[in-house]
Amino acid sequence: MIINGVTIDATFAEAFGMKATRVIITAQNEKWAMISAQAMTGFATSVIACGCEAGIERTLLPSETPDGRPGVSVLIFAMGGKGLAKQLETRAGQCVLTSPTSALFAGIDEGVQIPLGKNLRYFGDGFQVSKKIAGKRYWRIPVMDGEFLTEETTGRVEAVGGGNFLVLAKSQPQALAACEAAIEEMLKIPNVIMPFPGGVVRSGSKVGSKYAALGASSNDAFCPTLKGMTKTELPADCESVMEIVIDGLTKEDIDKAMRVGIQAVCDLGTENGIQRISAGNYGGKLGPFHFHLQEIMA
Amino acid sequence: MSALTLTMKIRLDQRVDMSPLVCQKLEGLSMAEIAAIELQNGKRKIRVDSLFGIKGSDTQNLVIQGSFSKLDFIGKQLDGGTITVNGDVGAYLAQEMKSGTIKVKGNAGLYAACEMKNGYLEITGNSGDFLAAALPGNKQGMKGGVVLVKGNVGERAGDHMRRGTILIEGNAGDYCGSRMVAGTIAVMGQTGRYLGYAMRRGTLLLWNQPQLSATFNDCGSHTLAFLPILFASFKSLGSRFSEESEAFNRVQRYAGDMSEVGRGEVLVRI
Repeated sequence: MIINGVTIDATFAEAFGMKATRVIITAQNEKWAMISAQAMTGFATSVIACGCEAGIERTLLPSETPDGRPGVSVLIFAMGGKGLAKQLETRAGQCVLTSPTSALFAGIDEGVQIPLGKNLRYFGDGFQVSKKIAGKRYWRIPVMDGEFLTEETTGRVEAVGGGNFLVLAKSQPQALAACEAAIEEMLKIPNVIMPFPGGVVRSGSKVGSKYAALGASSNDAFCPTLKGMTKTELPADCESVMEIVIDGLTKEDIDKAMRVGIQAVCDLGTENGIQRISAGNYGGKLGPFHFHLQEIMA
Repeated sequence: MSALTLTMKIRLDQRVDMSPLVCQKLEGLSMAEIAAIELQNGKRKIRVDSLFGIKGSDTQNLVIQGSFSKLDFIGKQLDGGTITVNGDVGAYLAQEMKSGTIKVKGNAGLYAACEMKNGYLEITGNSGDFLAAALPGNKQGMKGGVVLVKGNVGERAGDHMRRGTILIEGNAGDYCGSRMVAGTIAVMGQTGRYLGYAMRRGTLLLWNQPQLSATFNDCGSHTLAFLPILFASFKSLGSRFSEESEAFNRVQRYAGDMSEVGRGEVLVRI
């Protein structure tokens, strides 16, 4: 398949089942809601070492938030329910509770309920106040800037993590420009995050390593400087490859995000140095979710 | 199906226990069976059809027409369905109500919503003493749900209240929120003496400055984030509490009762 001169490889991205939740952070203004959300989603690029993958889904208008203030919705993904609960609690406690004027609410009501403010309330040292409003329990925790308001629990749902595609380009600036264009479009899709810095990862990995202690290592087949040293997947004039990884609440959400992202890259076309779109997989044996690039773009 | 409508035929001198006439107990009964239900009336029993004219068949939507202040225990332990009462009601309205809706277009007597567990109770007129309180000797009053009173309420509203919300558009008598364990009582009108007497936790939300006991301490003026969420939950009630102009988030906070646990609060609109 070729779109605007860009080859779409006959391959697929391989993704895994994850557990996910959404939380809503509000604050006095969007600036401080965003600061809190950025802190909460920091160091959350990959479950390999971060414990979870988290990102900002979108900003919310005051009319869209529970307390009528500007807000930001955050999605957090982890491999297991316990891990997700632990990450959520520590990040909420260190990054949202601490953030001036913030409040924290559930962004998903259904599913298994996991603690949000349920344990953070003990920070109130006995001065915390519970309020059950319209069937939901909230905690008012006294803090130095006033009160930190948080919902007791949020919903945990089944989700999909690890959707991806690779952008092969003639130069590094062209690969980055293409990924930036893709991310701009993908951010418009609800229920997905691109957890890596700016949504783009330049150090895609393969399973295993020559070093026994490492479970993953640099994806040498896609490293342009190794073209003459390894069994490369790259054309001779490819100088740079970048990857976009997508986590979503459902397979369909990731489908949509990949479609608009790949389309944005292809729109730049060969005249902007874009050569191919490929994807990362493990032979189809590890992940139950397969995102076939040509099917998505059909 | 039209609502099961009971219209008062006679005015009795003795009080009537209406507790058998709740939706879950009437479900599946024929008209003849409903007509034959015996209600306690003073020291004797009286058949439903001796007291009421009966129309309609929807037992989950019960209407009582021409009610008066001697009909006690209306909606006792109601568990689903709707009861609408046109006229006044006696004591113990919605006692231990579990779920469903009761609307009274009139006044209610003593102990309305006492030990109510959940559901929605609306009284368009006034309500007597011990609204949503615990029965004498019991330690926990209202445990959940919402009570809206559009008129005034008597003394000891929310006595021993454990959870839930009481909304009072009018005035509240003395000892409002006394011995409160938790929950929320909002009063748009005036409040009487000994507000929050011996309250442990819970919130008294007031539109007017009360006469506070010395055991309530001023915590200053604040903007509280939970208030907009609380007011948003009143939007569908069809009450002054639903009006945007009545909502606020700036309050003077008083903590008390310091002669008790002292974790309660009186929030006064500023």
